[in-house]
Amino acid sequence: MPKPFTPKIVTANALIEGDVIYLTNNGEWSRRHEDARLFNDEEAANAALAAAALQAGEIVGAYLADAAQGTKGPQPTHFRERFRATGPSNYAHGKQVEL
Amino acid sequence: MYTYTDFDEAFVRSRVAQFRAQVERRIDGSLTEDEFKPLRLMNGLYLQLHAYMLRVAIPYGTISARQMRQLAFIADTWDKGYGHFTTRQNIQYNWPALKDVPDMLEALADVQMHAIQTSGNTIRNVTSDHFAGAAGDEEADPRPYAELLRQWSTDHPEFQFLPRKFKIAVTGAEADRAVIRSHDIGLQLVEKEGQLGFKVIIGGGLGRTPMIGKVVRDFLPEADLLPYCEAIVHVYNTLGRRDNKYKARIKITVHENGIDTMRELIEARFKEIRPEFTGVDQELLAGIKAQFATPPLRKGDVAAYEAAYQMDPVFRAWADTNLTAHRDADHAIVTISIKAHGKTPGDATSDQMRLMADLAEEYAHGELRISHEQNVILPHVHKGDLPAIHAALKAAGLGTANIGLASDIIACPGMDYCALATARSIPIAQEIATRVDELKIEHEVGELKIKISGCINACGHHHVGHIGILGLDRAGVENYQVTLGGDHTETAAIGTRMGPGFSAEEIVPAIERLMLAYLDLRDAPQETFLQTFRRLGDAPFKAALYPESEARNAA
Ligand code: HEM
Ligand code: SF4
Repeated sequence: MPKPFTPKIVTANALIEGDVIYLTNNGEWSRRHEDARLFNDEEAANAALAAAALQAGEIVGAYLADAAQGTKGPQPTHFRERFRATGPSNYAHGKQVEL
Repeated sequence: MYTYTDFDEAFVRSRVAQFRAQVERRIDGSLTEDEFKPLRLMNGLYLQLHAYMLRVAIPYGTISARQMRQLAFIADTWDKGYGHFTTRQNIQYNWPALKDVPDMLEALADVQMHAIQTSGNTIRNVTSDHFAGAAGDEEADPRPYAELLRQWSTDHPEFQFLPRKFKIAVTGAEADRAVIRSHDIGLQLVEKEGQLGFKVIIGGGLGRTPMIGKVVRDFLPEADLLPYCEAIVHVYNTLGRRDNKYKARIKITVHENGIDTMRELIEARFKEIRPEFTGVDQELLAGIKAQFATPPLRKGDVAAYEAAYQMDPVFRAWADTNLTAHRDADHAIVTISIKAHGKTPGDATSDQMRLMADLAEEYAHGELRISHEQNVILPHVHKGDLPAIHAALKAAGLGTANIGLASDIIACPGMDYCALATARSIPIAQEIATRVDELKIEHEVGELKIKISGCINACGHHHVGHIGILGLDRAGVENYQVTLGGDHTETAAIGTRMGPGFSAEEIVPAIERLMLAYLDLRDAPQETFLQTFRRLGDAPFKAALYPESEARNAA
């Protein structure tokens, strides 16, 4: 049986800086997870991913990641995405200090 | 130390220029990521979790003071002021921007360094014993052979698209400090009837299917090195599986075909191509050897060392753990620990790099080494200079006396950086080291190799750690599996998995229980953790790891 669809966001890395980025409601890229558009529908998520993959001049390695609606916006549900949204745990580098 | 020939220089410069053009074409949209990715990987540029990562080769771990300063300059100019030294004698920068990478490569080329073949299915950076040329126990310095292999393998037209990556390590001593038995080809210099040659080992590897390499030739005369290696890689290139990435390494080729078949094929190919090697390589080798001559070692008084050893307990503790016998009695090999308790294993700040470069220049003939255990070495130090060196290191946070002890941990970048990771490794290493320091037991515990990988790829060598820790993702939670009894040396062994994994909170107490159990179990202080494990087997260590199930069984 196929797994039931769980809500997703589209995420990638910015081409030049490599920063983690998220596809927003208005089709732009944000560095903040909570700005991401949350897809509750599998087809829409796949279509958004396919469209994102065409923006090769701006982004690298787009994929769908699980997320859940939080108070300020979508939140990561898996620890990998939580680390991507904050930065490494051994130094105060990356998003945890830059955003 | 080896200096580039005009050919090397021109080659590296032309690669930088090529890559600069490729980056421009990627940024202006003329290259897609699918087209660009193999090109960037050929130049050591990865995309990790938070940013790009540039992997720079430090061939056979040897680096000059000037090169070390340039690494510091690169860290300050285009990264966040530090670098990560890895188990394959590379340095990784974790935060470069794509547009800056050509400039970084140019800055590397200025000091005869590069990032070529640090990735991709090619012959990778050739690694070696970090004590090469200084250790008392070696037949000969292995680095000239490593350099010869580097020249032969760089851009070798037959070997740019191997079934999978290919790693070679060379050592000059029986005591294996280069982990040659976990490489695709491991070479050990040996002497037979007055002639120098190699013991050749193939098919070692870690990753998801760990294997200890097997001897394919007991004695290979020195002059046959290149044709024989070419024969090995040729047979692998022809026979190695391209249908399944997980079965593509030579370890699987050897496993599936058997070492005897491999040997026959290799020897046959070797006979065929041997005549093509007319001796040019041997002339080259002679020239290379001259560049690796031991620097002029000074004679002189070692009284300052002896006085400090008597008077200063901090110096003594450091001398006892961080010094290794040099082949000249008045000299020592200094290992600088970049494993201060609680810090990231293998990371050095640009200030620390510059200090180490200064010390190398002032006291150690301008030469440094990077070890696969992620430390930095001053290979030729007169003992009279040791107190001054120690004082300078201590002031810079580099005086930790822990080489070979529980807090001298190998850890891969894990999920703090690596896109392939299934769990973090660095915080576990930091916490173990911090705990060991609180307990003040590591000198009591003695030699103990803890090695941590953040996924099954085993970049952190966990399979060959006395205690190996593998981080996994179990249903969305980090989970750490423990293996015991691994050994990376000439008595190489793959560790045995003990049982169910531990959560991130449980793993450090579990490692602590193992160390305390060992202190109870050893029959004398001289018996190391590994020896005790070999004598007693799993059972008492399992009991220490899983006290609850032990209690249940007893009930
Ligand atoms: C962060 C980027 C990295 C990536 C993408 C990566 C990828 C891999 C992969 C896929 C393997 C398994 C190869 C196989 O079994 O065929 C592997 C093995 C290995 N890597 Fe890495 N690695 C990374 C970082 C490192 C670092 C930082 C080190 C050194 C500390 C390292 C050293 C090794 C070693 C020693 C092995 C095992 C030996 C072998 O069987 O090849 N890698 N790596
Ligand atoms: S072992 Fe896994 S997590 Fe660690 S560096 Fe290698 S690929 Fe990344």
